[in-house]
Amino acid sequence: MLVAPLVILLRPRGLAWAACTMASLLTFAIAIQLVQGVLDVGPAGYLMGSWPAPYGIELKVDAFSALLLLVITGASVFTLVSGRESLDAQIDAGRQPYFYASWLLALAGLSGIVVAADAFNIFVFMEISSLASYVLIAGGPDRRALPSVFKYLIMGTIGATFYLIGVGLIYMMTGTLNLGDMELRIHAVADQRPILAAAGFITVGLALKAAIFPLHVWLPNAYTYAPHMVTAFLAACATKVSLYILLRFDFFVFQDNLAGHAFQFAAYLMPLAILGILVGSAVAMFEKNIKRLLAFSSIAQIGYMMLGASLVTVAGLTAGIVHIFNHALAKGALFLAVASFATVAAGLRLDDLKGIARRMPWTFGAFVIAALSLIGIPGTAGFVSKWYLISAAMELGTAGLPLVAVILVSSLMAVVYVWRIVEAACFAEAAVEPASPAGVPPLLVATLWLAAALNIYFGLVPDLPLTLSGDAAAELLDHLP
Amino acid sequence: MEILGLYNYWVFAVLLMTGFYAVIAKRNLVKKLIGLSLFQAAVFLLYITMGKVDGGTAPIFSGSDTTIFSNPLPQVLILTAIVVGISTTALGLGIIVRLKEEYGTIEEHEIQEIDER
Repeated sequence: MLVAPLVILLRPRGLAWAACTMASLLTFAIAIQLVQGVLDVGPAGYLMGSWPAPYGIELKVDAFSALLLLVITGASVFTLVSGRESLDAQIDAGRQPYFYASWLLALAGLSGIVVAADAFNIFVFMEISSLASYVLIAGGPDRRALPSVFKYLIMGTIGATFYLIGVGLIYMMTGTLNLGDMELRIHAVADQRPILAAAGFITVGLALKAAIFPLHVWLPNAYTYAPHMVTAFLAACATKVSLYILLRFDFFVFQDNLAGHAFQFAAYLMPLAILGILVGSAVAMFEKNIKRLLAFSSIAQIGYMMLGASLVTVAGLTAGIVHIFNHALAKGALFLAVASFATVAAGLRLDDLKGIARRMPWTFGAFVIAALSLIGIPGTAGFVSKWYLISAAMELGTAGLPLVAVILVSSLMAVVYVWRIVEAACFAEAAVEPASPAGVPPLLVATLWLAAALNIYFGLVPDLPLTLSGDAAAELLDHLP
Repeated sequence: MEILGLYNYWVFAVLLMTGFYAVIAKRNLVKKLIGLSLFQAAVFLLYITMGKVDGGTAPIFSGSDTTIFSNPLPQVLILTAIVVGISTTALGLGIIVRLKEEYGTIEEHEIQEIDER
């Protein structure tokens, strides 16, 4: 975040990107160290200005935060390192320093959200990251990004303001903003109406930001018309972070304190999750623009995460959280591939992409691997999360069978929409010979293959994400009686 | 008595819903932004109201032990939230300026029509 203002001053084109990437790499290294620390030792805390909590502002990193930090910084590094040419092509040279500065602000905001242990700090970082991402999305050449980002701005601000109202109501009743302290104090005032209202406000506000059905309408347009690298970055992490706050707030503060809350949580969010999965996949099957197709697929995937979380069991939560990691890998790789298609193809509708597999076999191969991970083929990371999700659903006995059916049906729908892309790319004849013979930047292809390979690696050796998710789920559920 | 004593909260609810209505129902983008600002202003009112202690004065320590002060924390929170609100409004207005440059209109339905063509 400190580097951001400096970046604005860096006028020479290459330098802004270089500074941004350096900062990203640094944060990624720090994230890896934090993950090591959390796995070895346990949650790490830091008191700002050494004021003791709960008077002071506390930063805390535990398994859930560490996993998300890895996802956020990893996504930023991958997209920045590979995206130089793509971003150069899509963003005016004069605007680049501002663009990269906003990128760094978004990265700082997102990372800040996951390490803050204080409800209001979360709000501040949430708004920092949102405002920066509005700038990022509007930075590209497509003018349709503007109405999309305006809609996202309105809906996002309403979501954040609802969250603020909820936090205010809780503060009114408990007198504290520190999440740990809140948990203790809320016992005394648990069933009074302001707390219930607060729970409602916070859930709806965060659901708006996390694009949970039916509050997802801003997502397809925002992702489709943003610059390709921005879509890759945001698709990998932005909505997941709101999901993180929702889960943390809910499980830390509300779950064991409000009577019947676990049931209410499941009862409200599970149907929405299921609808999100089915509607997202269904619309994706009929979409013609590949970015929009993948955006609707994202809505479905967020539904999976919510489904896992709404089961309120260790297995369910682990499944949901590990899917955060795996989906970031899969979708990130897919959008990187789309970016490389964009360097060669005339447009991004399926008609424009006909025959592209023959021209870019390597890129398309990586795309297929990431798509298989999205579907959940054994051997890829997506399979691990689907497996856990299905086992968690089966734990419910016969009540879980409809859930298993939903998961299987949506996976089949995923096969359908992936197949439409594959069919257009491999088996259809290219309509018009492409004008530009410029090759795909090698760094992009290399990073793309790295991401695809990681999909397979974490599918065969899922220890790291599974341990972190298991720890995270256990921590979240520890707070239940 | 209860209802009159809670006057601030009623105003909060009315402002909230007015702002929300404007955001949803108005078609002019600037009017939507005004609704959003109204919506956020309502939240500020909520916070400040809850911070007021009966008989409390401005929370600036004057060296005396017997003065009752209002709770300073909500006031600080609101300063932060006001800044966030201003940034959002500024960004929104910037986007509207760009929209006007690109589309020539700031009415939502007209922009949609232009895009569908």
